[in-house]
Amino acid sequence: MHIPDGYLSPQTYIPLFGVAAIFWTAAVRKLQTVLSHRHIPYLAMAAAFSFLIQMFNIPIPGGTTGHAVGAAVVAILLGPWPAVLALSMVLVIQAIVFGDGGITAIGANCFNMAVVMPFVSYWVFRLIKGSSESGKRIWGAAFLAGYIGLTMAALATAVQFGIQPLIAQDAQGQPLYAPYPLSIAVPIMAAEHLLLFGVVEGVITASLVKYFLKHEPGLIYASREV
Amino acid sequence: MTVFQKKLWTGLVVMALLSPIGIFLPNFFNAEDAWGEWSAEKLKELIGYVPAGLEKLADLWKAPIPDYNPGGEGASMAAQAVWYVVSGLIGILLVAGAVYLLARLLQRHEK
Repeated sequence: MHIPDGYLSPQTYIPLFGVAAIFWTAAVRKLQTVLSHRHIPYLAMAAAFSFLIQMFNIPIPGGTTGHAVGAAVVAILLGPWPAVLALSMVLVIQAIVFGDGGITAIGANCFNMAVVMPFVSYWVFRLIKGSSESGKRIWGAAFLAGYIGLTMAALATAVQFGIQPLIAQDAQGQPLYAPYPLSIAVPIMAAEHLLLFGVVEGVITASLVKYFLKHEPGLIYASREV
Repeated sequence: MTVFQKKLWTGLVVMALLSPIGIFLPNFFNAEDAWGEWSAEKLKELIGYVPAGLEKLADLWKAPIPDYNPGGEGASMAAQAVWYVVSGLIGILLVAGAVYLLARLLQRHEK
């Protein structure tokens, strides 16, 4: 889901830098008021976790690969705004140091994986969990938070790919950037994530939320601030 | 650092050590790049041409450890696995360090 350099037109990646910058600014302000000393080591670990879980490429036999992102569990445990900053830092370092995701696409990749995903995951968890404290309900809420959050991030990415042939063509009508239209990009990326990668993200999210609920229940942001 | 936090850091290092699973599994199941993340050469195989704008931007940046594998596609599986683990450990240091510093800067001042 890391868009490389060259796949997005400037008409796409520049506005997405703008959108990401709005969320970075808001996240910085928000953290200045809410970030407690106690949470800082967890935020650092959350970023490391997200970096590492993304290294576990999951194959679709004979086809493509994908991976979990970890943004759902970070948003549930530490809150969506800290997740925006932790995930953005991961994506910036992946792009600069490891060439994973383009430099020009940092805004787009941060929008998809560090904004859309943590917020969708956080609200799905809150809505489904409700005021319930039952283990099964929390497990289900956390699973769906990861599953839906990752799939929505993939859909946002697919739309950014898919609109490129509409936005930028050469004189012969050939696409200048990502070549596949919405009618291909969206169904493929949706299917991959609905059938496999989203399920993995969901299981990871639910298992970790359950683990923290057992060992450090006071930490969980999404159940603290209802 | 609490005992619980030490346990979590250990878990993260274990993840880095296990990370080559993320290259072995796709290799075993014959799965290639993520959708939409092909190199210019691979894209040419897929659609028969390299889009002009893409060609211009594609090599904009030379990452120090490209794709967690500085040896490139020709490197042996063992070399790739070692670099993957090293990348994971460097990644932990860089992202956790950067987030820690940023968070310390932003931290509210508690009495």
